[in-house]
Amino acid sequence: MSLDTVGPAAVERGARGSGWTSSFAGSGALIRLILRRDRIALPIWIVMPALLAIGIASTFTNLYPTAQTRQVFAAQVASSPAETALLGPVHAPTLGGLVAWRWLVPGVIILGLANLFTVIRHTRTDEEAGRRELLGSTVTGRHAALAAALIVTFVADVLAGFLVAGGLIGSGLPAPGSLALGLGVSATGWTIAAVAGVAAQLTESAGAAKGIAGAALGLLYMLRAIGDGGQSTGLGWLGWLSPVGWAGKIHAFAGERWWILALFLGAIMLLIALSAVLETKRDIGAGLWPARLGPATAPPGLRSPLALAWRLQRGMLLGWIAMSAAYGLLSGYVAQVVASQLLANPGMMEFLARLGGDAQPGDVVFTLFFAALGPVSAIYAIQATLRLRNEEVARRLDLVLATPASRLRWAASHLLVVAVGSAVVLATLGLTAGLTYGFSSGAGAGVGYELPRVLAAAMAYLPALWVLIALTAALFGLLPQLVSVSWIVLVGCLLLELGRELQLVSQAALDLSPFTHVPRLLLGQGSVAGLIGLVAAALLLTAAGLVGFRRRDVSRV
Amino acid sequence: MNTTAISVTGLHKSFGQTQALDGLDLAVQSGEVHGLLGPNGAGKTTTLRILLGLLRTDAGQARLLGGDPWRDAVALHHRLSYVPGDVTLWPELSGGEVIDLLGRMRGGLDPRRRAELLARFDLDPRKKCRTYSKGNRQKVALVAALASDVELLLLDEPTAGLDPLMEATFREYIQEERQTGRTVLLSSHILAEVEAVCDRVTIIRNGRAVESGTLADLRHLTRTSIAAELAAPPDGLDALPGVHNLRVDGTRLHCQVDSGALDGLLRQLTAAGVRSLVSQPPTLEEIFLRHYRSRETAEEAR
Repeated sequence: MSLDTVGPAAVERGARGSGWTSSFAGSGALIRLILRRDRIALPIWIVMPALLAIGIASTFTNLYPTAQTRQVFAAQVASSPAETALLGPVHAPTLGGLVAWRWLVPGVIILGLANLFTVIRHTRTDEEAGRRELLGSTVTGRHAALAAALIVTFVADVLAGFLVAGGLIGSGLPAPGSLALGLGVSATGWTIAAVAGVAAQLTESAGAAKGIAGAALGLLYMLRAIGDGGQSTGLGWLGWLSPVGWAGKIHAFAGERWWILALFLGAIMLLIALSAVLETKRDIGAGLWPARLGPATAPPGLRSPLALAWRLQRGMLLGWIAMSAAYGLLSGYVAQVVASQLLANPGMMEFLARLGGDAQPGDVVFTLFFAALGPVSAIYAIQATLRLRNEEVARRLDLVLATPASRLRWAASHLLVVAVGSAVVLATLGLTAGLTYGFSSGAGAGVGYELPRVLAAAMAYLPALWVLIALTAALFGLLPQLVSVSWIVLVGCLLLELGRELQLVSQAALDLSPFTHVPRLLLGQGSVAGLIGLVAAALLLTAAGLVGFRRRDVSRV
Repeated sequence: MNTTAISVTGLHKSFGQTQALDGLDLAVQSGEVHGLLGPNGAGKTTTLRILLGLLRTDAGQARLLGGDPWRDAVALHHRLSYVPGDVTLWPELSGGEVIDLLGRMRGGLDPRRRAELLARFDLDPRKKCRTYSKGNRQKVALVAALASDVELLLLDEPTAGLDPLMEATFREYIQEERQTGRTVLLSSHILAEVEAVCDRVTIIRNGRAVESGTLADLRHLTRTSIAAELAAPPDGLDALPGVHNLRVDGTRLHCQVDSGALDGLLRQLTAAGVRSLVSQPPTLEEIFLRHYRSRETAEEAR
């Protein structure tokens, strides 16, 4: 009798217990697989934040050698809501405080993106490609892949944080502050990894999962930007909603608030629990949001390589247009707030003069914003152009080229969509920024005057984006295995920009970046010749890529 | 009318260190269903991708429908359809959209035939391609290829993911294609499939054609298996030329005999009195295995 009542319950309990642990079975093997597949990328992104921190520390030591110069610089930053919104506030006018301020946002972005891509790559990308099923047929549990990705990113983030701390201590900064700064960014990075883990559960497509996680990172950054930039307008509390904001609120080198780390821990535990619950509720390969049925026949227009390219590219483009509109609206508003504050602060005129001669405050703010958002738009340009190679590697290109579509027509279709798409992304940015700025600045010259100027300033980045598209196309045609080098080039351009600010690189090196040749129209700097040179370079690179592609094998390796 | 649809001579293609094609010869007549038979890695896919102008040849000649597959790719592709071996589709498009897109780019497809193919292959065209199984992706490519009005079909292991029922449907269609005079080049490692649908076969190994001809030709080159029960123990069979693997067990006899020596053997058997006789023609499988066995033994001998 007791067997009948106790037995099954005990068996069930036992099964559940082993079911819970068995859902992680194989994590160890998967961790080794990740380490093998990412043996090059992992060390790079673990070391990069530390190298950046050491570079900034040594530069600031030279630029601001005395306590007084540091005080002056910190006061300048504090009086500029634009800088505060972009990079956060300076918490202490010391060397450590300045380094923490300048390094924090780039550090968070580098580690955040690295975590995001690593987690999606080893969860949803594998699942979409069907590799997960291959692994799933061996002894791997339901949560094994996600657990392995999170464990690897955790260890990598902690290592990166300790390297940052070690580098800063080696540069002569106090140990507690260095450690707080490093671990704060480690924790932010791992939070983004957990966000990506949730995003990986939601859709069937890895691209969409990256989009969701990327949008989340963008949103968290914006919450921090509004929170930090809007302290005086009562919006400061928004920063507390964002882990990206917490990284600054740890106050490294300014009376460290270690308890902030507990906030991270709580958020990460919640996110991991959420992703685990979501993962339990869905089938392998499926998303939580089920794929809907599509049409049984194609719309009449879907009949050419160009129509196909537009169809494949439009989702990503619409996402970027929405994001550009959000950033544009925000920056137009912030520019107006900042401009009015600057006008009320004569002490800032010296700072303004340093940046842009006798320029209007709003124009200086826009120039700073666009210098950041132009390269961000290049992420769209490169990602969309890489679709050429993705189609080839996935062998969908074979299907298209087996029809009477020529190689030239196929490649040109995608390039046309990306070239025009980049223009639309920049135009959206310029239009939304110009509209909010024009309408909100009551005392200014109004929308009719501001809108065309701001729009033109944003569009000035288009030739630089075309150069990066063309470079990607040239790599695709001539060195298809190395097509991802275009990402490295973009990172290189960003590092050059940083190097310019820190006065580390020569003009000759700066000239290598297409963004150096973009005229700052609002400040009346730059030349048409630079733009013509960029367009010419883009045309040449595109031609080289297309000729190369016509001559080479279509291959997936 | 008996013209050449595909002619390939001395084709070479290497990928880095790997020699994919090593002097391949292939001739496909217009209107025939030609099987390209070989195991994985023999060079079947490389051959088809060269014929599609996706790969450049290192050396040798390839002609397709009277044109150069590399130079005249666009013009030639109006006249052919292709089904890749490992079909990948755009995850965000539905199967119906892919079929229409490929058909329209090829110059239009017959909506009645499209509907019929969808029904016969039991394919739901509304599903997004990311949700299709391997077999269903294969069906999408097959429907798109078969619904277009073209002269030549290039099919790379088209039934690899299909279930037996769909495989039978596929064979029916290939028979129909033959009736309407289309040319089909079908690569496969499934011998039964080639045997069932192909007029002529080219067996390829390590990037070379090792045998080519009609099934009858190929069988002629090989041995028939004989099992017989005789009235009296046979005599003098050892001395007969062309008789192999002879086993005599009282009045029972098993052996294999070259096609040319069959007549002589049967005379000897009837002389002894035949009670029962089973003769099996060589299957393609045996021909195939013979070629690959001979390579293995040659390698072992080395």
